[in-house]
Amino acid sequence: MSTPDRTANAPPLDQPAFARLPRDTGGPVFAEPWQAQAFAMAVRLSAAGWFTWQEWAQALGEQLRLAAARGEPDDGSHYYEHWLAALEQLVLAKGLSNREMLRERKEQWAEAYRLTPHGQPVELSAAMHGDHAHARVLGN
Amino acid sequence: MTEGKPHVHEHAAGHSDVPSDLTLRVKALESLLVEKGLVDPAALDAIIDAYESKIGPRNGAKIVARAWIDPAFKQRLLNDATAAIAEMGYAGRQGEHMVAVENTSKVHNMVVCTLCSCYPWPVLGLPPVWYKSAPYRSRAVIDPRGVLREFGLELAPEVEVRVWDSTSEVRYLVLPERPAGTEGMGVEELVDLVTRDSMIGAEKLRAHVRGATP
Repeated sequence: MSTPDRTANAPPLDQPAFARLPRDTGGPVFAEPWQAQAFAMAVRLSAAGWFTWQEWAQALGEQLRLAAARGEPDDGSHYYEHWLAALEQLVLAKGLSNREMLRERKEQWAEAYRLTPHGQPVELSAAMHGDHAHARVLGN
Repeated sequence: MTEGKPHVHEHAAGHSDVPSDLTLRVKALESLLVEKGLVDPAALDAIIDAYESKIGPRNGAKIVARAWIDPAFKQRLLNDATAAIAEMGYAGRQGEHMVAVENTSKVHNMVVCTLCSCYPWPVLGLPPVWYKSAPYRSRAVIDPRGVLREFGLELAPEVEVRVWDSTSEVRYLVLPERPAGTEGMGVEELVDLVTRDSMIGAEKLRAHVRGATP
């Protein structure tokens, strides 16, 4: 409990420094459901020991740094996009899934949405006929 | 299940709109992790519900109000915030190692996370959008007085500003100064005075804040 004041560790000045601060009047915690799901997955995986919170902070910090390096304006509104990128990156780094599976599953979900009548709950099975899931996906 | 629906639906006007790429990525990740037994959807829902409706800055406000009226608690809070906060029943992720810093007429503390967005979830909930933004993360350290000015707080030159950089291990709670004119107030009334921003050190409390915004 003896962490010193770390003001000496000033971040580099190459950011769009002195940009105006975004304001926040206490709106909803999550702007969209996917943000809440991504948030909860990171918390659960860390709680289950798949990565430490220190690793998480490093991964998220890295995504924020990359976004700044790409010159993306960071006013906090894209925060959960960086959160999701950090989560995917850690999931891959820890071998919990792989890039191909993520890509393929994303396509299956898109297909499930396309095949499900409006108003019906969208289930992955809509895009997976029997055991061979890809037949329908490739057909589009 | 959508299978076995009457065939006519296939030709009806609308199929479901394909959601955003971000939504699809999250659904892909979640369904794969659920299949592998790595996350349980009910546990995810419980986490979301907690942060949407149960864990928020009111927890912190109760700690602050108690510290104002209970000197022994205040001393415990400043000596070992983790234990004092746990005593109030607030513990959990991102609150494992808490440090409370007291604002006075001579010292103003403010909190930032220059790396990402480390924040004391159990007492303040999830961080506001400005706390996560690049301008705040960089400017709070370089020019804290300028940042505070933007928040409407002009500090006298003789007030010392201390900026605390949160980490994944240590989180800070600012104990704001009790505003003048609140001597007769009960704890509930005091709790209502304490704002989220004051506990990050981005605001100074005033008694007349109460009722200013209906």
